[in-house]
Amino acid sequence: MPARLPAPTRRPASARLPAILRTPLGVTGAALLALVLVTAVLAPLLWGDAAEAVDTAAMLQGPSADHWAGTDNLGRDLLFRTLVATRLSVALALAATALAVTVGLLLGTASLLLGPRAGRLVTAGVNIAVAFPGLLLALSFAVIFGVGQVGSVLAIGLSGAPAFARLCQTLVAGVATRDYLAAARLAGVGRLRILLRHVLPDVGGPLVVNVTIGAGGALLSFAGLSFLGLGVQAPAYDWGRLMQDGLDRIYLDPLAALLPGFAVVVAGLAFNLTGEAVARTFSIDSISGVSLLAGGALRTRRRPDAGGLPGQDATPSADVPLDAGPDLVLDVADLVVTVPTPAGRVRPVRGVTFQVARGEAVGVVGESGSGKTLTALAVARLLEPPTTVTARRLSFQGRDLLTGDHRTLLGTELAMVFQDPASSFNPVRRMGGQLAEGARHHLGLSRRQARDRAVDRLRSVRIGDPDRRAGQYPHEFSGGMRQRAMIGLGLMGSPALIVADEPTTALDVTVQRQVLDLLAEVRERDAVALLLISHDVSVVADVCDRVLVMYAGRVVEDLPAAGLATSARHPYTRALVAAVPHLETDLDRPLAVIPGRPVDPADLAAGCPFAPRCPLADARCRAEDPELVDGVACWRPGEDLPSAVPEEATA
Amino acid sequence: MSELRFDDVTVRYGTGRRATTAVDGVSLVVPPGEIVGLVGESGSGKSTLARAAVGLVPVHGGRVLLDGEPVAGRRRAAGPSPVQLVFQDPASSLDPRMTVGESVAEAVPRERGTSRRSAAVRAEVERLLTLVHLDPDRAGARPGQLSGGQRQRVAIARALAARPRVVVADEITSALDVSIQGAVLNLVRELQRDLGLSILFISHDLAVVRYVAGQVAVLHRGRVVEQGETAQVLGDPRHDYTRSLLAAVPRPPAGSLTTSTIDSTRTTRRTT
Ligand SMILES: Nc1ncnc2c1ncn2[C@@H]1O[C@H](COP(=O)(O)OP(=O)(O)O)[C@@H](O)[C@H]1O
Ligand code: SF4
Ligand SMILES: [Mg+2]
Repeated sequence: MPARLPAPTRRPASARLPAILRTPLGVTGAALLALVLVTAVLAPLLWGDAAEAVDTAAMLQGPSADHWAGTDNLGRDLLFRTLVATRLSVALALAATALAVTVGLLLGTASLLLGPRAGRLVTAGVNIAVAFPGLLLALSFAVIFGVGQVGSVLAIGLSGAPAFARLCQTLVAGVATRDYLAAARLAGVGRLRILLRHVLPDVGGPLVVNVTIGAGGALLSFAGLSFLGLGVQAPAYDWGRLMQDGLDRIYLDPLAALLPGFAVVVAGLAFNLTGEAVARTFSIDSISGVSLLAGGALRTRRRPDAGGLPGQDATPSADVPLDAGPDLVLDVADLVVTVPTPAGRVRPVRGVTFQVARGEAVGVVGESGSGKTLTALAVARLLEPPTTVTARRLSFQGRDLLTGDHRTLLGTELAMVFQDPASSFNPVRRMGGQLAEGARHHLGLSRRQARDRAVDRLRSVRIGDPDRRAGQYPHEFSGGMRQRAMIGLGLMGSPALIVADEPTTALDVTVQRQVLDLLAEVRERDAVALLLISHDVSVVADVCDRVLVMYAGRVVEDLPAAGLATSARHPYTRALVAAVPHLETDLDRPLAVIPGRPVDPADLAAGCPFAPRCPLADARCRAEDPELVDGVACWRPGEDLPSAVPEEATA
Repeated sequence: MSELRFDDVTVRYGTGRRATTAVDGVSLVVPPGEIVGLVGESGSGKSTLARAAVGLVPVHGGRVLLDGEPVAGRRRAAGPSPVQLVFQDPASSLDPRMTVGESVAEAVPRERGTSRRSAAVRAEVERLLTLVHLDPDRAGARPGQLSGGQRQRVAIARALAARPRVVVADEITSALDVSIQGAVLNLVRELQRDLGLSILFISHDLAVVRYVAGQVAVLHRGRVVEQGETAQVLGDPRHDYTRSLLAAVPRPPAGSLTTSTIDSTRTTRRTT
């Protein structure tokens, strides 16, 4: 049973395991590990007797046809002994690891279980313990607990515990601030259940990785202790013990010592490679933040022009040649994002077409689930298989994004700002380093230069005392400052386009104002184009030149921002505008809401997707899906809405 | 119906020289069955006050009283807190790994020994989901499968599951779509009216506060600088800070189509 892995933001954890087996590293690791484990189980059954068989006629022999690896001082077969020793070696290593993990978990989650005060004490203790070299700890513990298997398990287990405790503390600290823990506490949920139900599943993944790698380390340590004579005692034997026995005649018969040594290396590798492979599948974890700056390979296919996807033969709108001049920063035509779900392939983005000119600010509004974020992620090439992106045209700065590798786009020419500045940064790394990291990768700056640039960028996004701030951790920044830092991160390169997905949603008005002003300033200063995604119509109206209104994976209206309130023609746009409460809203009536709920991309019916919620819907609307023509996708654009509700009827 | 009273409450973070006072001698009353709005900018101490009300942060001075009794003392007892908090962002206040039914069930008070999966608990979860206008069939869904507005309804249902006497709503609509915000605000008013809940409604959006709260308090740097009837405070702001907050409210797009566009009778019926 694999331990529970941390679910990525939107992908089911189950999709992960096979992914490990898709890499050469993963396959090698898993195969080696399987080999080691099978040997550990079977060898004693198959060759246990052979390994014990004393043959006084063949003592201390070199390799021969009878004994491929030679014999020991009692004439026992060394190959068989090495194979049989797998079980004890691996079992002891696992026992020590289990001990280390258990103690580490207990110490690492102490702050949750015992409360903050006791937690701080434990943390301080762990910090001291981590500072000691593990081997030193193991040796001193070995002396304390005495020689033998039990003593060694205790010694190696306990010496490994501080590292696990530290890891758990870090992981738990990342989870502990989540609101759902507070909510569970308020709901009266006990501490133990909170730990088991809410915290461990979240930290489980990284923990599994480290446990696997830790087991490899324990195996080596054990071999070391046995080799020194502190571990396994005769007549029992593990690899370390066999190595020690073989050492006396290493010059006469090197295989006697090298064979168990080789076994240690193979088993250690098996654990480490597997751990590494699992770790790699985690590194592309969240849909947001710095982790993405490394860029992921995106599987973008040019859409087969012959309408390869069913139901998607949108008539090409005004055809713009690929290199539509230097003034187009972004040119998207018929962008389709397809997501495989258990219920089949779903297309949350169904043919989005728009352009962004140099220095232009384009807003994207629409309810959540309308495909705004996916559109942005597709443009930034942040979607990973199995999600696929197709388009008739997708070009950035005149370059075709549908072909070739554009891994370094993000962080150099394209900047991305996410909604949640808190989860965009790694909680345990200093801000300066996080800003500098991408620049070192993508811009080839030295450590020093990158750090200077990071400080400079923090200053440019109006973070006071940037030198000191660069040395701080994300939690020492306020929400607004983190968001500004995120923008600063985007400005580490010299972006031509900033894609900001709900950058102010998590912020208060006044801070929101500052962030919007900052974006406007950056835009003006460097003629950077802005694609601002927001559910807040008033924010978009405020900041942008042009607005795209999205509904059910399509742009349903494309209009100048100034015309939002007065000249919107699509019934959905008009409803969105009307739903914002303002200082004159009638207090005696329920707030205007858009009836029904947004359509799920999984069950899109024929016809206009807004029809079930639209007061103007007629038979044609329900039969045919309107295309975006002349900036609006509606059969009855601009017609009067039946506002026939008499005021008194609603009171 | 219960009364929540902040009596000269002070909350500090950190110790020694680096201590900062987030809430500074706040006195505020949420009368039984009423909604009181609390506005203020980021860092003004709104969320700290909310957390102090439910005992998630310790109070350094003053007291938080529920019907005259300290709230913090009650938290020692097992079971849900009588003051429940609804968080701003339902994306982080619901455990992404649990179904929404499980999340709500966690807060349902149970007889000793009954399981969270018992029929009684399940029926209660269904009732609560229906109360917040969610299809009870969605109990098996995970938060990731719901829209923001639906998630926030789940979070409200969880708060109500604990049978709270007072609810503190901390910016519960600011992470939501405008189209959904309206429905959640309508829900808040409806719950107050139908269940007689006392609610401390925190928001940075004056237009929103104006809509739900009869009274409002303005928090600035941890202090209440102005409080009173909402209409009066917004109509005739006394404090400079209140005036600047009012100025920060995005203007409704000029000549907006509010009166003519949406058939609000029908919409309400659908949502209620
Ligand atoms: N990575 C993903 N995998 C699967 N489904 C997704 C993913 N991202 C978004 N979705 C789904 O796609 C639809 C559009 O979501 P999204 O792009 O987030 O819209 P918006 O930005 O308007 O909120 C939703 O139904 C959502 O559940
Ligand atoms: S096409 Fe018909 S249903 Fe769709 S928005 Fe226009 S009027 Fe409404
Ligand atoms: Mg979104």
